[in-house]
Amino acid sequence: MSDPLVVRGRAWLFAEDNLNTDLMMPQTVFGKSLEEQVRAVFATYRPGWVDQVREGDILVGGRNFGTGSSRPASLLLKRLGIAAVVAETLNGLFYRNSVNYALPALECPGIRDLVAEGEVLRLEVATGVVENVTRDERRTGTKMPEFLQAIVRSGGIMERLRAEGYF
Amino acid sequence: MGMTMAEKILSRHSGGGRVRPGDIVVCEVDKIVQIDLTFAASAPMPNRIADPHKIVVILDHAVPAPTIADAEGQSIARQFVKRFGVEKFYDVGRGGICHQVILENGIALPGQILTCTDSHTCASGAFNCVARGMGPLEMLQIMCTGKTWYQVAPTVRFELRGKKPANVFGKDVFLYLAAVAGSVEGHNIEFGGPGVAELTLDDRATLATMGAELSADFATFPADQRVVEHLRSVTDENFEGVESDPDATYSASYEIDLSALRPYVARPDFIPGNTLPVAELAEEVPINQAFVGSCANGKLEDLRIAAQVVRGRKVAPGVRFIVTPASQRVLKEAVHRGYVETLLEAGAVVTNSTCGACYGGHMGIVGPKEVCITSSTRNFKGRMGSPSARIYMASSATVAASAIAGRICDPTSFFEDNL
Repeated sequence: MSDPLVVRGRAWLFAEDNLNTDLMMPQTVFGKSLEEQVRAVFATYRPGWVDQVREGDILVGGRNFGTGSSRPASLLLKRLGIAAVVAETLNGLFYRNSVNYALPALECPGIRDLVAEGEVLRLEVATGVVENVTRDERRTGTKMPEFLQAIVRSGGIMERLRAEGYF
Repeated sequence: MGMTMAEKILSRHSGGGRVRPGDIVVCEVDKIVQIDLTFAASAPMPNRIADPHKIVVILDHAVPAPTIADAEGQSIARQFVKRFGVEKFYDVGRGGICHQVILENGIALPGQILTCTDSHTCASGAFNCVARGMGPLEMLQIMCTGKTWYQVAPTVRFELRGKKPANVFGKDVFLYLAAVAGSVEGHNIEFGGPGVAELTLDDRATLATMGAELSADFATFPADQRVVEHLRSVTDENFEGVESDPDATYSASYEIDLSALRPYVARPDFIPGNTLPVAELAEEVPINQAFVGSCANGKLEDLRIAAQVVRGRKVAPGVRFIVTPASQRVLKEAVHRGYVETLLEAGAVVTNSTCGACYGGHMGIVGPKEVCITSSTRNFKGRMGSPSARIYMASSATVAASAIAGRICDPTSFFEDNL
């Protein structure tokens, strides 16, 4: 089986700083089905984007990507087909949610200048290596600590809790 | 080298060794607070939990339930409380907004770790508690196992000195810090210095709560005598606070002279680096809605100030002024002291305690292209309703003064007697 922490995919650029969870999961979809929530991701910020995402795409963010609330935006991105997030910096709560829902995520200062939308990226989340396959350029970001890698590799904390008999 | 308050608390909960920024520690959690939104019908329910005595359930976001789905979730919360024998349960009409209920009842204690799914959980740092928001899934894990992990972040220190002028409130201090420090994602915030003693517990809670808007992990205050006296009056539980070491390491340190501050306002959409003195707001900003409320600023002090400003005056035509107390206790006390009557006479709407309008849930949603000034927690685009609405943020004094004027205005003239 391939390593879930090595991701190769087409890049989407969300380069603005401080893009928040309310844009990814607006309050209006609280209590709605997961399908409806996924349809709402960035719906007011970038209308129609959800229809263009293909399974395995990578989202490239700016500084403090995912600031805001604990609402599980990482889960919605994952269900939409986003295979990994790489950003200039990640908001701490967004990062925790990403690890817990097994969405590979890493910080790579300078990533905005390394990639244009539609180019192909290859991320090694464990080592922090970010490669722009299209341009044959690479940069090293922050590697994910081993403790957190283990959570992602096991499929997220729900899988762990199930394995331990809590559900 | 010494440790910061947060580092000491994390160390104490993970075996007692020295912790440094970058370390990952697994900690026993002391208090686990669950809110109504985490009990949606679709949420998985564990078959066993670590310790029901550590769990507190507070219904606050959508109360009384505005939708059938909310009512169903709250019914599931009541079943959960019964099934697992949770004793600390704050039902509709019994508690209020979780962070206020936590502080009022001595749930967050100095030196402890508290978790809750709401992103403003750092509020409990006002009482020297390491507290932060967690995703709903992580909260499930903590309920089941009693533990979670933290990656120790570097700390930004705010050294406070001096005393605020009478027209400056906790929210103004925060909005000033947001101008000075900007966003601090990936960092903790620590408050210290002689100025802390000059701040009321409500003001400290406002500052700690708003740490979330600078994207801080934790926002901690020292537990001084005022904190300890309050807690001793509401709980028998033992606690031991922590001080930061004199040689603790900080990634940045700011000296803040409280006596030099003025009323501040945040422009719409984001707070860090987006605030300025109200008097320097160049454009005239007519408003449709003014809101005083939330965990940050629905406190007794806020209702007192709002009542002082509107006493004998009327809310401007075309403006709705909504006041939402942070807890049932705040509301009761505000009724007792006559603040509520003063607000009602002026034409304000005073609601029950709920997160309500702050998160665009209910009781104060703003429409397309409307302008709102709020003393609540967050001003993201679409936060309080329509994505085309514009949300300014300021102290409850500025909000109340603006409700009377019909446009955003500096509240200083209402406090001149005390300046």
